[in-house]
Amino acid sequence: MKNDLHVIFSLFKSASQLQKKRAYLTIAAIAWGTVAILLLLAFGEGLKRQLDKNRRAMGENIAVMWPGETTKPYKGMPPGRAIRPRADDIELVRARMPELQSAHAELTSWRTALSYGPKTVNARVIGTNHSYGESRKHYPQAGGRWLTPIDEEKRRRVIFLGDELAKDVFGEEAPVGKTVLLNNAPYTVIGVMQKKIQMGTYGGPDKDHAVIPISTFKAQFGRDRVNVLVIQVKEPEEMAGAIKRFHQTLGPKFGYDPTDDRAFGTWDTVKGAEVNRKVSTGIQIFLGIVGALTLIIGGVGVANIMYAVVKERTREIGVKMALGAKTRWIIVPFVLEGLVYTFTGGAVGIVIATLIVAATGFVDIESNKVLSFLGRPTLSPAIGVVTSAILGIIGLLAGYFPARRASRIDPAATLRYE
Amino acid sequence: MTASNGNGSTSIIRMSEIRKVYDTGKVKVEALKGVDLNVNKGEMVAIVGPSGSGKSTLMNLLGCLDTATSGTYELGGENVAGVTRDQLAEIRNRRVGFVFQNFNLLPHISAAENVELPLLFGGFSPKDRRERAKELLTRVGLGDRLEHKPTELSGGQMQRVAIARSLAMNPDIVLADEPTGNLDSSSGTDIMSIFTELWKSGRTLVIITHDPALARRANRIIEVRDGRITSDHAGDGG
Repeated sequence: MKNDLHVIFSLFKSASQLQKKRAYLTIAAIAWGTVAILLLLAFGEGLKRQLDKNRRAMGENIAVMWPGETTKPYKGMPPGRAIRPRADDIELVRARMPELQSAHAELTSWRTALSYGPKTVNARVIGTNHSYGESRKHYPQAGGRWLTPIDEEKRRRVIFLGDELAKDVFGEEAPVGKTVLLNNAPYTVIGVMQKKIQMGTYGGPDKDHAVIPISTFKAQFGRDRVNVLVIQVKEPEEMAGAIKRFHQTLGPKFGYDPTDDRAFGTWDTVKGAEVNRKVSTGIQIFLGIVGALTLIIGGVGVANIMYAVVKERTREIGVKMALGAKTRWIIVPFVLEGLVYTFTGGAVGIVIATLIVAATGFVDIESNKVLSFLGRPTLSPAIGVVTSAILGIIGLLAGYFPARRASRIDPAATLRYE
Repeated sequence: MTASNGNGSTSIIRMSEIRKVYDTGKVKVEALKGVDLNVNKGEMVAIVGPSGSGKSTLMNLLGCLDTATSGTYELGGENVAGVTRDQLAEIRNRRVGFVFQNFNLLPHISAAENVELPLLFGGFSPKDRRERAKELLTRVGLGDRLEHKPTELSGGQMQRVAIARSLAMNPDIVLADEPTGNLDSSSGTDIMSIFTELWKSGRTLVIITHDPALARRANRIIEVRDGRITSDHAGDGG
């Protein structure tokens, strides 16, 4: 075995100094393929992460419940009755379901006049509980704040603006502390939402609406029938159970069958997230296959050069066999040579791809509408493992088949040929 | 290990009833039709014959580059029938030294490295290999050309490197295939002299040749014709 290694290494060393130019071209082809697969996978990973981030911008582990109509008879009452919960009913949900991360009710006033000085904008105004801020990711920009329980308790006329709406109303002016008129009632702007890319919406994107305390909303608009109830669970896997208990809680109160899933229209974002993850994994697999095909073309190049080498060295191989070289001493140096070309090319490709990915780090993606959806190309350990494995397989195959041909050379036939 | 013949000399090559059939799929060509051959230690045998006579096939079988379709072949007392490719390679390495018409040196390594190659396959250490190569190249008059590549040598010098290489593993036989075929007459004479010296120092040589001058130097001349040995007589050397 030790002798084997010694012989193989000696043969490999003396053979590997040939073929420089073709070796460079082949290494370049592998490097190109490696760059292609890495960039495609990095792009896919970036897209996946960005989609995930954008999806989470609406809120994580939440379910949105729209009051609907019953479809099942319940305790002598016919189907087709509307369920009309009030703002305070959220207290019942909270009291009966302490396991929830949060729960809030939303009242909505569509196309409501919002004036500042001479300017009036029609916007959506939401009245809700203060827990909405955390679960629906309404984070204030520096200098502002979100609603507090005291705002709700004291029915303060304070208003929190979506960032686009703030721009529409105030332009370049700083909104916090200014007074706007909401249906001619003065409200103090307490904060503006931080910019976020939001994938899912109900009613409209968060950046375009304004939020006021639910108690203030009731007083201002004189109604408290909720548009939606939103519950948030701590862990995604709790969602199915939570929705079931939500119906068991509200069913008896509003007189509907807890198994009647039409009493509330339901948007379970946990389920949606699963679908999203599958889609983006699918996209990544597709990109990976495209990249792998590019890399395989490089591998064909390596196999090609190795076949040429075998052909050119047929006589040499025959001589070595005549002098007593065993089959493995012929095969292994060829396989090694193929592997060396592949891994050298792979290493070059990895360096280039890493530099390109690092360079994209300097591009401002947040201010570009397309890029903010595509995300930033990201290399992950998994990508490294997949690419290395593909390189290894290609290198082995590209070296093995030509080497096998070499080992089948008949020394008697090659030695006499002129 | 070794078998003795009637004269008390040691038999190196014992071939009996050797047949070789090349099956090309459509036609079967019988290249050797039952060859019996005994070569004793210290003999210098010339094998002559027209092309197509089967002497190349005989050479391949003698050198263990190929195996016979039927018959038995003992080389240095070792049965060569039915061994694996790798075992055959090992037998070639230890027992046979080849000298070819077209030299068959590896072009990209030096004369010394060419001579070292069989020693590398034989498992010798780098130091032993280098010493042995130097000694052998000096013996064939190339002690000052160790680091020359084959392309920097003349035909006669290349053939001398090849002879040095054939002796590297101290084989049972040196098998030369038209060793002077590619050389001018003066280099050819040099090479013939080296073979004669080797024979005189006790080597066993089998030389396949068209060259009557070379054949005459052997102590035994075997003529092959149509796959059979048709004549086996003493040469001038004997």
